[in-house]
Amino acid sequence: MIDAAHLWLIPALPLLAAGIGALTPRSGRRLASGAAIAAMAGAFLLSCLALQRALADPAAHLYANFTWFELGDGAVRLGWLLDPLNAFMCVMVTFVSLLIFIFSLGYMKEDANFKQFFCFLSLFAAAMLGVIVANSLLLLFISWELVGVASYLLIGFWFHKPAAAAAAKKAFLTTRIGDLGFLLGLVWLYDATGSLLLFDGGHGVLESGVLGDLATQVLASGLAVPTAISLLIFCGAAGKSGQFPLHVWLPDAMEGPTPVSALIHAATMVAAGVFLVARVFPLFAADQVLAAGPLHALTVVAAIGAITALLGAVIAVAQDDLKRVLAFSTVSQLGYMMLALGVGSWVGAIFHLLTHAFFKALLFLGAGSVIHAAHHEQDIRRLGGLSRSMRTTFVTFAVGMMALAGVPFVFSGFWSKEAILHAASEWDVSHLPFYATLIGVVLTAFYMTRLLCEVFRGAPRSPAAAHAHESPRVMTIPLAVLAIGAVALGFLGTPVWPWLQSRLTGTPIPARPLLEGGGLMGLSIVLVALGLGAGWALYGRRVRLTATAPDPLAAAAPRTWAFLGDRMKFDSLYAATLVRLNAFVAALADFLDRRVWGSAVGFLARFAEFTGVVNSEFDDGALNGGFNAASEDIRRTGRAYSRAQTGETHGYLRTLAIAFVALALLVLLGGVR
Amino acid sequence: MNALPLLSLIIFVPWAGAVLLACLPRLGAPASRALALGFSLSTLALTLAALGSFDPATTGYQFVERHDWIRALHVHYHLGLDGLSLLLVLLTGLLSPLCLLASWRTVAEARFFGLLFLLLQGAALGVFLALDFFHWFIFWELSLIPAYFLIRLWGGPGAARAGYQFVIYTIGGSAFLLLGFAAIFAATGSLDFVELSSLGATGALGGKLASLGGIWPQAVFLGVFLGFAVKVPLFPFHTWLPATYAEAPTGVSMFLTGVMSKMGVYGFIRVLWPLFPGPLHAAAGPLLWFALGGVVLGAFAAMRQTDLKRMIAYSSVNHLSYCLLALFAVSVATGSSRPASEAAAAALSGTLLQVFNHGISAAALFYCAGVLESRAGGRRGLNDFGGVRSAAPVFAGLCGIALFASLGLPGLNGFVGEFLIFRGVWGLAPWAAAVACLGLFATAWFLLTFWQRVFHGPRAGAAAGPFADLSGLDFAVLVPLVALMFLLGVLPHLLTGLFNPLITSWANHLVLP
Amino acid sequence: MSPLQFCLIFSGVLFSVGLAGALARSNAILVLLGIELMLNAANLNFIAFWRYGPASAPATGVIFVIFSIAVTAAETAVGLALVIAIHRHQRSIRLQEATRLKG
Repeated sequence: MIDAAHLWLIPALPLLAAGIGALTPRSGRRLASGAAIAAMAGAFLLSCLALQRALADPAAHLYANFTWFELGDGAVRLGWLLDPLNAFMCVMVTFVSLLIFIFSLGYMKEDANFKQFFCFLSLFAAAMLGVIVANSLLLLFISWELVGVASYLLIGFWFHKPAAAAAAKKAFLTTRIGDLGFLLGLVWLYDATGSLLLFDGGHGVLESGVLGDLATQVLASGLAVPTAISLLIFCGAAGKSGQFPLHVWLPDAMEGPTPVSALIHAATMVAAGVFLVARVFPLFAADQVLAAGPLHALTVVAAIGAITALLGAVIAVAQDDLKRVLAFSTVSQLGYMMLALGVGSWVGAIFHLLTHAFFKALLFLGAGSVIHAAHHEQDIRRLGGLSRSMRTTFVTFAVGMMALAGVPFVFSGFWSKEAILHAASEWDVSHLPFYATLIGVVLTAFYMTRLLCEVFRGAPRSPAAAHAHESPRVMTIPLAVLAIGAVALGFLGTPVWPWLQSRLTGTPIPARPLLEGGGLMGLSIVLVALGLGAGWALYGRRVRLTATAPDPLAAAAPRTWAFLGDRMKFDSLYAATLVRLNAFVAALADFLDRRVWGSAVGFLARFAEFTGVVNSEFDDGALNGGFNAASEDIRRTGRAYSRAQTGETHGYLRTLAIAFVALALLVLLGGVR
Repeated sequence: MNALPLLSLIIFVPWAGAVLLACLPRLGAPASRALALGFSLSTLALTLAALGSFDPATTGYQFVERHDWIRALHVHYHLGLDGLSLLLVLLTGLLSPLCLLASWRTVAEARFFGLLFLLLQGAALGVFLALDFFHWFIFWELSLIPAYFLIRLWGGPGAARAGYQFVIYTIGGSAFLLLGFAAIFAATGSLDFVELSSLGATGALGGKLASLGGIWPQAVFLGVFLGFAVKVPLFPFHTWLPATYAEAPTGVSMFLTGVMSKMGVYGFIRVLWPLFPGPLHAAAGPLLWFALGGVVLGAFAAMRQTDLKRMIAYSSVNHLSYCLLALFAVSVATGSSRPASEAAAAALSGTLLQVFNHGISAAALFYCAGVLESRAGGRRGLNDFGGVRSAAPVFAGLCGIALFASLGLPGLNGFVGEFLIFRGVWGLAPWAAAVACLGLFATAWFLLTFWQRVFHGPRAGAAAGPFADLSGLDFAVLVPLVALMFLLGVLPHLLTGLFNPLITSWANHLVLP
Repeated sequence: MSPLQFCLIFSGVLFSVGLAGALARSNAILVLLGIELMLNAANLNFIAFWRYGPASAPATGVIFVIFSIAVTAAETAVGLALVIAIHRHQRSIRLQEATRLKG
């Protein structure tokens, strides 16, 4: 039986593997990858045990806190937390990561930095697991930043490619903007409550006593303190989870190796933001008791989620890069999760997070399999016809696609999306998010159909696609396992048997008959069918013949298509505003330094020199002048006297004699006696 | 009273080494390097000995040595060690041997270099241990002379000008400091920091200075403030710094940023703050803006630099400004009605941690810049390199760790200090913490730009040809620093344990006289 | 003519001969000889005044003279040494040429 106090083992195992990987020489490929996979398998087993322990008493929050260091009269304390939410996340992350690790064995086989890759992967997994098991927002933030740096290393793994290096930097900096908000939220919360522990025997920030106190504090602007703190923390979540307007890093991050995309964009890093909000959901919901508040944190979350869901789906329609389509679909799906959180259904969000982790990892790994087979050709216009040559990949990819599109009843995505639609329709603040999700459902089905048709149907449109053949077992088996998960997972949370929901909340949730919300479900089925049908009509019935043939939609609306293809010009917009502003401030700072402060000091120096000159003139003229004149007189006199010293001995003697005579005469004649 | 004058030994053993080197003019380069390193290591050994019997729970000075020196002026030879000094002496002891190692191969005239370096080391230690202004000031000024010659004789092409600027600027600041203390002596008849602090705590110091004339209390405060502000340096008194750090030889840059810039922060905490709690409180509001200027503009100015050493120098401005930001925030909140001792404890602990951690990370970064410079034959522009990570992966790894430590990545040393500073400053002056976030962001930006340009992409510039990875000597310098980064990042209580009671007693007595 | 007068006249002649020699010769040794003559004239005066003077204290004049002779001997030694030094420097002892120390 595992307890909260042992929970640190789960992140510690991959961390150890990362350490081993870092210290082995380059040739130690088997050691590094073996350690990483063994550690991940161990972490998975521990997570299963933890889940078992958590499910034994789903309403309890088991925690183990410890002191990190003493500070003032108090101490900075950290801790580990075990409850069903953590445990489910742990199991999901370790399981999906394990499969991705195994897949990487095949995918990265030829890379020179193979062992480094596994080192970074393990570091990443360790950091992500740290986020999950933390019972302290500080520990969570520490792990959170480590996730950021590990993703930086992984996205920029092919660092010799300038695009990859730039993408890694962009990802780190964009998420760091959010993280700074998170940091401020953290210090504010710390200042307001004196603790960052989530659960601490009544003193934790998620416990009712502390939250009740917090909710009574209102800022001068009328904003409640918990609202402000929640929004700051949400900045961090938005950065990591690629929410509008911080989503720009996510598509670029596709420059990393595909297993990295699967890990980062499906199961872990982007899910961290959603997990964070779900984790501190009581804090976000604390301001709901203030009916008069000008703004509720969750309203903002829902709005951002809805915008992101719609935005991602629309942009995904017009992407030609296999991985970019998936990336924007991730953005869109994360929007769904945020929306679910915003409308109050954090359970729905987590349900979707879990199912999404499986089918999106499946899709990315499937894409990886395609890319691997097609010699790193990612442009869907140049692929095609792969269904024959890559049967396993095709079948599993189709499963993932249908799960993502929400094909009814069999696939997990249907059930989790259904839960979100249900929650959104019942939200009483506004119906706009609900409409956004409905549009998103159509678009998701549409662009996934387009993707599937372009890649797998028709004839190969490039030599690389023509010569593609199925990937090795080490890559297809993880695909198959994930495909099973992408189907099976949905049945854990159907309305008829809401097992997952009741375990997550710790309270039994009554089962609803399937047809109770039948209208909504019917609507969603119709919308999915509409999207699939439209996709089939445009891309399936008449398959693309050449790589250069224009897209049917592009032919219809070229300008809109180009606008969407350019990702709604967000990157250009940021480049024109934020980046330029940044460069301006930097130039200003440099200018201030060189010109203004430097000149001020230079002026002082000149002034000092000037004073010195004046001073020395005065000294030379007045003081030294008199002294010099006197000295000169003395010298002149001396010179005159020295002229008497002729050096001629006879002259001296003569003088002596004359003086003697004169003296004698003086004595004799003058009568001196 | 300790039987063994441990603190005197700490200060004077390096000087004894310098004298010994001076007396052996025919000593060869290897022997003199070894001798200098040995004497330099003595500080670490003696500090560890002091650490063994140091009692962190005592908030007063320990190992005190106090002897009459000049009776007519009431000058005592007075040394003492508390958590703050111990931290800085430890830092000096750790960094000095590494700085010498960093100059191991590259420096001609090793004997003279070692001699000057030991002089500098002893003087810096004297500053951290002296408790009487008289010899404290002697140490303070004496540190400049070897530093000047080290920069001037072994520095880059602009070293003559940079060294001159450095010395004149700093002496300019010190002149005000000296004048200020002359006035203090005239008013109180004492130069002992301990006596003066107790006078300052009760407000008697201000009263006595006022007896000299109306404007004196403010003038003296300003003078003392200027002396320290130039040394740290506080924005906008920092213009000497980039040129000096960039032109100095690598080992000296490491020492300048690692230890000498800490002398200013130490002066702020040890002298200015206890002696003038009232005037500092009054001035702290505007001063916060100066510190913020250093945090934000320092980081942004670094973004524009193309010289790597200048860039790291600006990042030092940024990092040290966090320390002053925290101190000023504490001062702003001093005497306010809101109980803020918890936030103040966090801010002050953060400051001390930052002082130590910045010493380690900045020294490592300067060393990395030095490695690049030596491999590239003296070039160290941002655009002179590319793809170094392909050429020298181990170096890239260690440099990357130093870089992430510098931008405050959790798990490495920089984070804890910065987090505590933000936590404290938020509790004391929230808007300042919010503005300072910009500095954090800009720091990440320019450090990553540095990393991307130099290490990533295809091999280019100086890294296009053969580019050696780290040698054993490089490992000897970088590995201890990187190990410390990890150690202190994970176990910050190794440091906080030394000074937490001291900080607590400070934070609990935040009252205006 | 009393013996005293005789002695004084004799010493006066001696002095004049010495002075004339010292002024007239250019050889440094001869100039030194002239100076010796002048000194001896002075010594003679001492003895004469002691022997024939009005209040003759016991042995005063003799002591004076012995003292004077000793000093003269030393002075002559120094003088001759100087002459040798000059000779070494300029290979001549003509006093007219030894003017290098003029001011």
